[in-house]
Amino acid sequence: MIRLASLALLLLLWQAVALVADPRYLPGPVLVFAAMLDEAKSGALFTHLGITLLRVAAAFLIAMSLGTAIGFVMGRRRLIDRLFDPWLVVLLNLPALVVIVLAYIWAGLTETAAVGAVALNKLPNAVVVAREGARALDAGLDEMAQVFAMSARARLRHIVLPQLAPYLAAAMRSGLSLVWKIVLVVELLGRSNGVGFEINLAFQLFDVHLLLAYAIPFVALMLSVETFLVQPFERRVSRWRGGSPRGRDFP
Amino acid sequence: MNGASHAGGAARLEVAISHKDFAAADGRPRRVLENFELTLAAGAAGAVVGPSGCGKTTLLRIIAGLDRAFSGRVSLPEHGRLGMVFQEPRLLPWRNVEDNLRIAAPQASEEEIAALLLKLELDEHRKHFPGELSLGLARRAAVARALAAKPALLLLDEPFVSLDAPLAKELRGELAELIEEQQMTTLIVTHDVREAIELADEIFLLSARPARVCASLSVREPRQRLSKQAADALEAQARAALDAIPRR
Repeated sequence: MIRLASLALLLLLWQAVALVADPRYLPGPVLVFAAMLDEAKSGALFTHLGITLLRVAAAFLIAMSLGTAIGFVMGRRRLIDRLFDPWLVVLLNLPALVVIVLAYIWAGLTETAAVGAVALNKLPNAVVVAREGARALDAGLDEMAQVFAMSARARLRHIVLPQLAPYLAAAMRSGLSLVWKIVLVVELLGRSNGVGFEINLAFQLFDVHLLLAYAIPFVALMLSVETFLVQPFERRVSRWRGGSPRGRDFP
Repeated sequence: MNGASHAGGAARLEVAISHKDFAAADGRPRRVLENFELTLAAGAAGAVVGPSGCGKTTLLRIIAGLDRAFSGRVSLPEHGRLGMVFQEPRLLPWRNVEDNLRIAAPQASEEEIAALLLKLELDEHRKHFPGELSLGLARRAAVARALAAKPALLLLDEPFVSLDAPLAKELRGELAELIEEQQMTTLIVTHDVREAIELADEIFLLSARPARVCASLSVREPRQRLSKQAADALEAQARAALDAIPRR
């Protein structure tokens, strides 16, 4: 309720500032909504939103699955961790823009380069979080599984994944917001469709209406993915923590 | 759950550890076990009694195959025929009691699991998560899980430590019955002589570090019929034997 009121206040503030500002620089909500409607009627809004969403999904999935696997191995094998940790530090500190431009130069202005560059930007973050999770795995439960001769599959499903899940949920949350911001940059620099491309177009034309008409629905879409997909997943994986802490063995 | 389904499944336990060392903080090896020999006939219940910190848990970890860095020999039951109750219950906190049993013992039937939960008075807690259980209930669940695996060898590491006395006594009684009923080879580690007498046929008394078996006692009469006087006499005998062990 307070969140809704807060959003309404923001909208009101926007309208108030728009009343005194030059509409070329800051059009009011009504004008932006009209521009949005125009783009929606032609179908362009949905096409570009859909393409961007696909790129977000592809880069996100690649980075999460690859990053989790690498992070898990690094968390469990100290030698591999020490060997590749410096690479991770380099990758973490490499500016997103450098990765994107290099990918476009090496692989051409292709879809592979675009999605790959975004995934590579997210990868080190997923590795770090998964590594943290793998390091925190409960050795006592591991021994229990060994004594009871549990199969590798059962261990993964019932022992490893439930412990990694909160870490993965955290990586997903931070990852999603990182990925969708970088996807726009990738589209702006080297793609001929998507929300980032449209924003570039709006920049060339100095058209703030068009810019906001694409930016706002996209932000709304990403926020709903987070609210309706990522957060419920996070709640689900930590559901068992809901019980009383009495007699609990694992924090 | 009936005894017949595992008749003949019990394993004979033979332990012969010439030595087991741990690296101490100063880098010099610290000897925990030395010339440690112990034999338990198939289906027998043994108890290892010794002062805390003398290496009892290390011994169980070696027998369970969790620690392989030792010199000597241990007869392990075939793969998947081991059950263990750790000092801490080590249940999966994200699964309810019933699922904890199913996951550790996928070979157990639903009827067997239900019967075990009933036997250990966990029936009304079967859908509870471990975090919702008291320590006593969690211990019961850990015992039920070990039994569900129908082990050829059951290992128990101080399973009643830090429970209040009446509760520990009640659980001991239930466990003694189950051990009798299922005819599996059982080794229990404890610092409590009385507990050993109530649960075991063979009692092995350990020296301080490096630990070895200094003396052993047999409980001749069937445990159910063991009178208080007989138990008291055995306890006195065990305490005298423990006192006679030279401190190093």
